[in-house]
Amino acid sequence: MNTISETRQKSLLYLENVSVSFDGFKALNSLSFVVEPGELRAIIGPNGAGKTTMMDIITGKTRPDTGTVLFEDTIDLTRQDEADIAQLGIGRKFQKPTVFESHTVWDNLELALNRSRGVFATLFYTLSPEDKARIEEILETIRMIHRKDEYAANLSHGQKQWLEIGMLLAQEPKLLLVDEPVAGMTDAETAETAVLLKEIAKTRSVVVVEHDMGFIRELGVKVTCLAEGSVLAEGSIDFVSNDPKVIENYLGR
Amino acid sequence: MISGFVFRALEGRIVAAVGILLAIGILVPALNLLTPPDSALHIPTYVMSLFGKYLCYALLALALDLVWGYCGILSLGHGAFFALGGYAMGMYLMRQIGSRGVYGNPILPDFMVFLNWKELPWFWYGFDWFVFAMVMVLVVPGLLAFVFGWFAFRSRVNGVYLSIITQAMTYALLLAFFRNDMGFGGNNGLTDFKDILGFSVQADGTRAVLFFMSALMLSLCLILASAIVRSKFGKVLVGVRDAESRVRFLGFRVENIKLFTFVVSAMMAGIAGALFVPQVGIINPGEFAPANSIEVVVWTAVGGRGTLIGPIIGAILVNGGKSFFTGAFPEIWLFALGGLFIAVTLFLPKGIVGTIQHGFKARKALKAAAEAEKGRGGTETVAQAQAAE
Repeated sequence: MNTISETRQKSLLYLENVSVSFDGFKALNSLSFVVEPGELRAIIGPNGAGKTTMMDIITGKTRPDTGTVLFEDTIDLTRQDEADIAQLGIGRKFQKPTVFESHTVWDNLELALNRSRGVFATLFYTLSPEDKARIEEILETIRMIHRKDEYAANLSHGQKQWLEIGMLLAQEPKLLLVDEPVAGMTDAETAETAVLLKEIAKTRSVVVVEHDMGFIRELGVKVTCLAEGSVLAEGSIDFVSNDPKVIENYLGR
Repeated sequence: MISGFVFRALEGRIVAAVGILLAIGILVPALNLLTPPDSALHIPTYVMSLFGKYLCYALLALALDLVWGYCGILSLGHGAFFALGGYAMGMYLMRQIGSRGVYGNPILPDFMVFLNWKELPWFWYGFDWFVFAMVMVLVVPGLLAFVFGWFAFRSRVNGVYLSIITQAMTYALLLAFFRNDMGFGGNNGLTDFKDILGFSVQADGTRAVLFFMSALMLSLCLILASAIVRSKFGKVLVGVRDAESRVRFLGFRVENIKLFTFVVSAMMAGIAGALFVPQVGIINPGEFAPANSIEVVVWTAVGGRGTLIGPIIGAILVNGGKSFFTGAFPEIWLFALGGLFIAVTLFLPKGIVGTIQHGFKARKALKAAAEAEKGRGGTETVAQAQAAE
């Protein structure tokens, strides 16, 4: 027990024995999972392993049937809704790039900026020099400064993915959950995304769900393999990809 | 802060629209009052009141555009807020009749005497006072929208389900207001009005002022709506319309955003109803009819949703068409309305104003592309031309 409480002390995100089922199908089966502050973690697993469900639970979209979900060791995430959790500092990138298509790149970032989000605060908001500088800084990071006035609808798939990552940065989260960031990207874009995520992970924790093994190898981080709603193996990419259970359940298929 | 909020609203098209509305608001009453009846320029009072009615409908359509066009809430019950504002005004006008009613009771409106009521129900108190009634014009629709929205948006009722329950809401009110024991005149509603603030509602001068007030309130609400949609809040609204879950995961309380917009919109609809009643001289439960609320959607769609000015144009055009057709070919009006809605959905999905805007944007982009190809200019790219819109 001693070791568990020690892990809990310094964890940023702590899931223990989390289970949830939909119409009898156990999407998560006593899943336990810990993310430390400043960690970049990759999650792999076959379809239906519970990767997206796990993200839904962390971000408050789904309530677990049983189990503990703690953020920064004290905050019970199962009692908060999406907006609360976002304000606590957990950002989420969806599998399908989700940006505001009828807004410009700039406006997308302005909306995501970590400022007061109340009705009246937004009604009377005016862009301050600091906010302008912050947006420009993010535009540099995601390499989109030259497209700032473009409507998001006109961006390529890869650019939408980056814009969404930029929006998450604007949110200034402590933990970033990124669902399949390189799906549908070209090889060059994939490599650039790996660089971008590593850069982001210098200042915050990032959890990446991805199928692309090459990309995960490029990230070079600790890997968790999920299958049938619980953790199958955890460790370095070489360790996990040589695990017979992983090969049987995921890689071999 | 507040001045920034208002200044943002005053973008070219809005200023032009407000200018035209105010000019109409002054010119039409002037032509009615200042020209002799046989002059070619004379506008008869009934025409002025008819146009005043269109302006009220335009305000109702603007209110709907705010929730539907920008926030994606397709309300099929906005007629209810309009009717409630109308009833609040109607109650004031009823109290002004005083002892001039058929039964001559100084306190009770005729229908209450007829029903053998002995005293004024508590919810009629205060309505003899104009300011109180005007506050109620805002508060009653606003409160209904607040309570309705509180439950609907919190439980995340969306899309077609929300549309159906708004329709159910207006239908329930229709049935309730039909009942005599509700105390709002039952089937006949409220009518036979005499005075408003001491002036006869029939007089040309009063009609002129009511017409001007309709144009003025429409202009003010247009500026308010423009200020809302051009603020950061307005950008969040469009975000809710296009990608609600993204807004939620960015940390915004979507239910509060929707609730605020819905309440503001309901209040605008209430104002429209309050200005409508003295100009047509009656308010009855028929205004709650579900079909009325659906017609508002047609006006908004025809004019162009999400454009603010479009719904105003749509409401005036469709109602103008309705007045013409019901006079000239009464039996084909409903077919014309149905056909219009189908035609707009098929050929002008963005509505009249939306299509024109789209055309301008495309032409600008085309021009910019041609310039860029020639190798000169080069200052304005296609992207900039689109962004400038």
